Amino acid sequence: MAVKTIRQALHEALEQEMRRDPRVVVIGEDVSGGAGTEGGRDAAGGVLGVTKGLIKEFGEARIIDTPITESAIMGAAAGAAVTGLRPVAELMFSDFLGVCFDQIFNQAAKFRYMFGGKAKTPMVIRTMVGAGRSAAAQHSQSPYHIFTSVPGLKVVVPSNAYDAKGLLIQAIRDDDPVIFCEHKLMYDLKTEVPDEPYVIPFGEANIVRDGDDVTVVALARMVHYASEAADTLAAEGIECEIIDPRTTSPLDEDTILESVERTGRLVVVDEATPRCSMATDIAALVADRAFAALKAPVRRVTAPHTPVPFAPSLEKLYIPDQQRIAAAVRDVYGYAR
Amino acid sequence: MSTPLTAITMPKWGLTMTEGKVVAWLRAAGTSFAPGDELLEIETSKITNVVEAEAAGTLLRVVAGEGTTLPIGGLLAVTGPADAAAADIDAFVSGFVAAAPAGDTTEAAAAPAPRMLDVAGTRLRYLELGGGAGAPLVLLHGFGADLNTWMFNQPALADARRVLALDLPGHGGSARDVGTGDADSLRHAVEAFAAALDTGPVHVAGHSLGGALAVLLAAHRPDLVRSLTLIAPAGLGAEINAAFIDGFVRASRRKDAVEVLQLLVHDPALVSRTMVEDVLRFKRLDGVAAALATIARAWFASGQQQVSVAAELAGLTIPVQLIWGSEDRIVPVTHARAAPPHAVAHVLDGAGHLPHMEKSGDVNRLIRRFVDG
Repeated sequence: MAVKTIRQALHEALEQEMRRDPRVVVIGEDVSGGAGTEGGRDAAGGVLGVTKGLIKEFGEARIIDTPITESAIMGAAAGAAVTGLRPVAELMFSDFLGVCFDQIFNQAAKFRYMFGGKAKTPMVIRTMVGAGRSAAAQHSQSPYHIFTSVPGLKVVVPSNAYDAKGLLIQAIRDDDPVIFCEHKLMYDLKTEVPDEPYVIPFGEANIVRDGDDVTVVALARMVHYASEAADTLAAEGIECEIIDPRTTSPLDEDTILESVERTGRLVVVDEATPRCSMATDIAALVADRAFAALKAPVRRVTAPHTPVPFAPSLEKLYIPDQQRIAAAVRDVYGYAR
Repeated sequence: MSTPLTAITMPKWGLTMTEGKVVAWLRAAGTSFAPGDELLEIETSKITNVVEAEAAGTLLRVVAGEGTTLPIGGLLAVTGPADAAAADIDAFVSGFVAAAPAGDTTEAAAAPAPRMLDVAGTRLRYLELGGGAGAPLVLLHGFGADLNTWMFNQPALADARRVLALDLPGHGGSARDVGTGDADSLRHAVEAFAAALDTGPVHVAGHSLGGALAVLLAAHRPDLVRSLTLIAPAGLGAEINAAFIDGFVRASRRKDAVEVLQLLVHDPALVSRTMVEDVLRFKRLDGVAAALATIARAWFASGQQQVSVAAELAGLTIPVQLIWGSEDRIVPVTHARAAPPHAVAHVLDGAGHLPHMEKSGDVNRLIRRFVDG
């Protein structure tokens, strides 16, 4: 099977769905990539190259470059969705969600409910999350927990190319607004990806690694850090079960609870800030529903409650790493043993 | 000059295996063994299985201890005559290490890959292993499976003949379009494949739905088939586990898939998480669910087998053997009674619907003896 990057997997998902369904359109800033530059249209294919080549095949009626105005992009996408298209809108950096939050939070997320189920809003918002590029406090956040807290939105946080393709196709075919969060440092990560289209259902976590000692729930880039920490810990005789929820809304609560019922120990790893976050949400879920199974306190490994620092040395300290994950696992593993 | 030393190496089970881990040695160094004796257990990311001795010998030295992970082809142990000199064994081991490829990449690159055959208006994927002048063996998997179902059989049986494992229409890497999905349409595809081989009559082993297809192939084209090995075949009675068929067609989540797949085997531990994941990954592909549903409707509508091959089987004059697991929960072992008198039936204790995986050593011996004899 062909090995593809997350970038290629996302491109393939868009291309295949646009061929399958003429209602699918892409709308965003510079999605044709390069208009007005020396190279011309399609020179870049979006800020990270995901949409490169689409303008040639599908034309400007379906690959829609917009002015730099996020509220207009999201408003146009939401309107197009309720009137019959299936737009894939691009919010280049998720940090810009403040500009267009009304369109997402109070319009798209509410249409189905406000119109008594008579309207559906099949739109996808692709957006970049994550720190690690020294892009500073306004371009480095991971606010998927803010989207997750909004009823009416579905939220996807993929960690590998196989999941990215299957989840993006599912997002496009889904009849509700879906926020699709792509980590900006992960586009070149490779794994085996089928050439054919396929869908991964929302709310189905991936068990990345089997283990009986400690359950580790991790998202996006943290899945890979947790796996590296688990290799180190396995050499010490501690076996981690790593769960990647893949979607934070809906959240596969059963897989997390069943694992903790077996291990009795939980570490949640999340690159986002800790207050009102996925780490907190999952910790609360387990405290509420699996308290009797717990043999140790739940540990959260997260960023601190601060803006993302620009200085590379500070940013490195800010992002949870393998050592911090391993230390937290050792801590809960050794608790009251 | 003593009998030469031989190596036991890491086997390759299935298309994606690159390495395996020694779980346990079932014989101690220094003990002798007979063909078919269980030597060690190996775990891959998908499954744990036993390696059996192919010939008699003495386990002279265990090179890969329990817990060791080796690439395919890596040296597990040295066997030979009981009186072999330690120095000879040392030389064999160091010579083997020197000759072995440095990493598994070379091994993987050299591994045979499946091929595609465009035939009878469809595209079929198959894997060919082995060689030799004798009549080839063709393997036909069951409903919902693919050629990987033969991972413990095809490499072992390919030591003395060409063995070709086919993906049926709608399955594995073959085309998703199954037409009506009924007995005729699937049999046409299998027939076209067997005819395209152009090797004269072949031995055919078929499992479950593949077993019924094997019978139909032999009945329609006696010129193409030399012998039949039918493993828990469909088509010999009305009963079928409808919960399995419906559940398999419907399952899109891990939890549902685990429950359904465990019906296939006697020991549920055989169903590993990666095996479940592989099934789900296949089922998520566009077109697969529709193909499986079409075939299920044609073969197993209303919870009953719709295709009977009993009359065709009774009319065959070629050698036929049946292999069935005593604990089969999908197609009851009592259907073996529908076999004609000239067919030999082997019932394997402690096996479910997948005896070729659950009791691979026994099944391989039965097939080898049958096609050689």
